[in-house]
Amino acid sequence: MRYVRDVASVIRSKNAGPYELTFDLMFPDAETYEQVRHSITKEKIAALYKIDVNQVLGIIHFAPAHAVKITIVRPRASGDLGETDVYGAQQHAPLFDLTY
Amino acid sequence: MSELRVLSPTAILGYGFPLSSFEAGLARDPHVIAVDAGSTDPGPYYLGAGKCFTQRAAVKRDLHFLVDAALKRGIPLIIGTAGGSGARPHVDWTVAIVNEVLADLQAAAKLAVIYSDIDRDLLVQELRRGRIQPLGPVADLTEEQIQTSSHIVAQMGLEPIVQALKEGAQIIIAGRAYDPTAFAALPVLKGCDLALALHMGKILECAAIAASPGSGSDCLFGYLCDDCFVLEALNPQRRCTKLSVAAHTLYEKSDPYWLPGPGGTLDLRQCTFEELEGGRVKVSGTRFVPTEKYFLKLEGARPIGYRTISIAGVRDPIMIGQIDDVIAAVKERVADNFRDLGDYQVHVHCYGKNGVMADLEPHPQPAHELGLVIEAVAPTQEVADAVCGFFRSTLLHYGYPGRKSTAGNLAIPYSPSDISAGAVYTFSIYHLLEVDDPAALFTMEIREG
Repeated sequence: MRYVRDVASVIRSKNAGPYELTFDLMFPDAETYEQVRHSITKEKIAALYKIDVNQVLGIIHFAPAHAVKITIVRPRASGDLGETDVYGAQQHAPLFDLTY
Repeated sequence: MSELRVLSPTAILGYGFPLSSFEAGLARDPHVIAVDAGSTDPGPYYLGAGKCFTQRAAVKRDLHFLVDAALKRGIPLIIGTAGGSGARPHVDWTVAIVNEVLADLQAAAKLAVIYSDIDRDLLVQELRRGRIQPLGPVADLTEEQIQTSSHIVAQMGLEPIVQALKEGAQIIIAGRAYDPTAFAALPVLKGCDLALALHMGKILECAAIAASPGSGSDCLFGYLCDDCFVLEALNPQRRCTKLSVAAHTLYEKSDPYWLPGPGGTLDLRQCTFEELEGGRVKVSGTRFVPTEKYFLKLEGARPIGYRTISIAGVRDPIMIGQIDDVIAAVKERVADNFRDLGDYQVHVHCYGKNGVMADLEPHPQPAHELGLVIEAVAPTQEVADAVCGFFRSTLLHYGYPGRKSTAGNLAIPYSPSDISAGAVYTFSIYHLLEVDDPAALFTMEIREG
């Protein structure tokens, strides 16, 4: 078991519109991308963020950027009461605990 | 059409650009200068309040160079989602700045101003006809949401901007517009491939963010050919790489293969990215799949009250050890004291514990010091001030179990300690509207500026 953070070149989060939060994991080359991409599952993401699996909207593999994109339902619409991160730019840290 | 060239000066109008990059772009003889001015990313306040999230002086600085270059070269300047959110006050704010710039330059120009505000009564009718549906994980629209929204805009497709170009506008100031349209309108009018024009616009709208190293305040240049487009960074310190361009395709969207917009979807599944010499990247294979019916994206925001905040630190280890209980107890005390004050909400952001991620935080163990942001939202500023101030003073002197620090619980950095933060808005509409005519809801005015 190894940590994705040790091989990923980009780990980031951002709004995808006001109602979704999207995470990008990018890898430096096609080989690393191939090694890691299949071990990123909806179940693992749901566990890391303590959310229901059905809140994980999709996991998409994007070979041109050696990237895996994960999109979840935003905990609240951007800017709603209780908002902590209007841009959604600092919600990626739990992905540092992702293993493969 | 052999090649159509588009200069994108900056990621958002007002974010700035180095003049050396801009001049390098002009030297490549663009057919159009296009810039995106908007985003929903800064949250609902700006649409709701009719304010711009960029600063006037910064927007004027950018426009000075863009207007001057476009007029001198006799090429159009197209501004998409003027004023950040594209509602009437945002558009008028931008028009006023353009007019100031024209006066400063002692120049005149034919302006096309395209409003994207949507009439509430019309939306209610369309809702009753079943022609409005949620976009993504959003609830169904209600008539109340329509009636209480302060501004409602629809995201225009290419059609209104193409029409403005046909009418000979030199400067086009568009309200809420699908990001690629400002960049794609002239190429499409000149007969370029729709899919490639939109995809190139999709990348150009963020300017040098798609280069390496990325920047939101630098230019990017696009060459649109018959079967491909080529992107080039204009600052010698940056270059476009296969990875930087492909990576940008992921940015702020949920599916990089399938990019929906007005009238159809860009299909990137067959797309290829190829590095050329000189830090350029060639993109080809994009397709456009029209939807059976034409949908416009609606955006609206509505006021929900007024906010007051107070900032304070906590260093006492005994209090930090029971911070959740302390905050809960103070909330109860506030509720008891103000039970007749009506509808208000109090929220405490607890930095050093879970201030950034709240319920999503997997490791909510507190640090040795905490930063608290106390926030009250109420129907009036006066009530918000009262609730926030009372929460702060109650927390300052609250006697939690085992307390040794009996002189005060908070390190308050400011006097006055509470900040009245003004009106609060929430996104109220994020839905799709089915239309018969893509341009009919947008009103264009041609003016001599």
